[in-house]
Amino acid sequence: MIAVSAEEIRCLVAVGASLAGVRAVEAARKAGFEGRVTLIGAEPHPPYDRPPLSKEFLRPDHAPEPVVLHGRAELVEDFEAEVLLGAPATGLDLDARTVRAGDADVPYDALVIATGAAARELPGTGHLSGVHVLRDLDDAKAIRLALDDGARTVVIGAGFIGSEVASAARRRGLDATVVEARPTPLVRAIGPDLGSALAGLHERNGATLICGRPVTGLEGTGAVERVHLADGTMVEADLVVVGVGAVPCTDWLAGSGLELDDGVVCDEFLQTSAPGVYAAGDVARWNNPQFDRMMRVEHWSNAAEQGVRAARNAISPTTAAEPYTTVPYFWSDWYGSRIQFVGLAARDQHEVVSGDLAGDHFVALYRECDKLTGALTLNGRRHIMKYRRLIAQGATFEEALAFSRTVAARPRSRGPQ
Amino acid sequence: MMKIVVDRARCTGIGICEAIAPTVFEVDDDGGLVLLSQLVPHGVAAEVAEAVEGCPTLALRLEP
Repeated sequence: MIAVSAEEIRCLVAVGASLAGVRAVEAARKAGFEGRVTLIGAEPHPPYDRPPLSKEFLRPDHAPEPVVLHGRAELVEDFEAEVLLGAPATGLDLDARTVRAGDADVPYDALVIATGAAARELPGTGHLSGVHVLRDLDDAKAIRLALDDGARTVVIGAGFIGSEVASAARRRGLDATVVEARPTPLVRAIGPDLGSALAGLHERNGATLICGRPVTGLEGTGAVERVHLADGTMVEADLVVVGVGAVPCTDWLAGSGLELDDGVVCDEFLQTSAPGVYAAGDVARWNNPQFDRMMRVEHWSNAAEQGVRAARNAISPTTAAEPYTTVPYFWSDWYGSRIQFVGLAARDQHEVVSGDLAGDHFVALYRECDKLTGALTLNGRRHIMKYRRLIAQGATFEEALAFSRTVAARPRSRGPQ
Repeated sequence: MMKIVVDRARCTGIGICEAIAPTVFEVDDDGGLVLLSQLVPHGVAAEVAEAVEGCPTLALRLEP
């Protein structure tokens, strides 16, 4: 492979105008990159932040305004970026070094792929209105309208986004049912015991949780009216939100020659199998040195940090490239409670070090062999980041347990109210 | 020396700032952000700047 020197990189292209792509553009300019910068986005909207779409955006007491990351004018004037919105990328030519977007071929010397992930849809439901996934602003607007109309809400999939929608429905006093095909929710994310503990929040807040019964079909004439379950049960619904995971948006890269495997495969520098091509955010599967394994992470902080790192590495591959290492972190808000998770969930190897799983506060630590690998908190905002640091430092599980006793012993810290 | 300002209406205690600059930021049990230092301490200016830029709710800024 011929090394590309920084001087030869004259144009940086970021594909995907959400958090990772926007952070890539910002980072390139902040690092002093003076070449041409192009940001390509599939949606017509200026880049906006996604986590609020299933949280504040759906609350009846909040204005349904998106949190805009940067307006078009700001991107053009402050970051001197060329901005192509409403122009989904449809192809990548690694030999010509061009990205096909809309009807243009955009040339690049350095490329950051940040096309994210798409919500998985329920097959055979496209003909019914009132059935939505929640991924983009238009989805959130439609769901909010239905909630404002008093929709009886059924959420398919007891994951984090679906649970946030159920919370929004209950906040309005609406009937909300969460249907999960597996016997226990959130098993893959946080393990069965803690998945069950969080699922208890649904029942305590008046939502119905049905587990172990897959959806067999949706019924309605024009609009959805009923959800059918495998045991013959029917649930009445005016709004159905499908929250059954997301798939990385790599269709446009098929046949490009780029190595794909549930995402765009990257090394620890976020570089793909092609020179000059990097990936960031939900679409990137990279080797995370922190845990020495390939990972693809669909979390806000990961997208933000990878966008920055990928751009810096892309514009200075020989002089300033650094690996991207991280302890994954996500948060979710259910029924006024804050759930936070850091690290990796080693299944069934956890210990509760504060509160209890039946209550509204707990801190649980995960181990793998003698290492601390993860922490989950429910309303434990003082605790969570301290464990993220311990994981980053490679702390043992024993060290984490000892630390948990010092945190518990310390008086409560209080910020200004 | 730059001063750290928190927009309390925007902050929800997500804690990214604490993860980046733990000697300056700490989230309390209620999700309120405690500034362990009102001014940017020597030696951690880069971390504080990163925390300000990395805030998901744009609740942090620096003032002269």
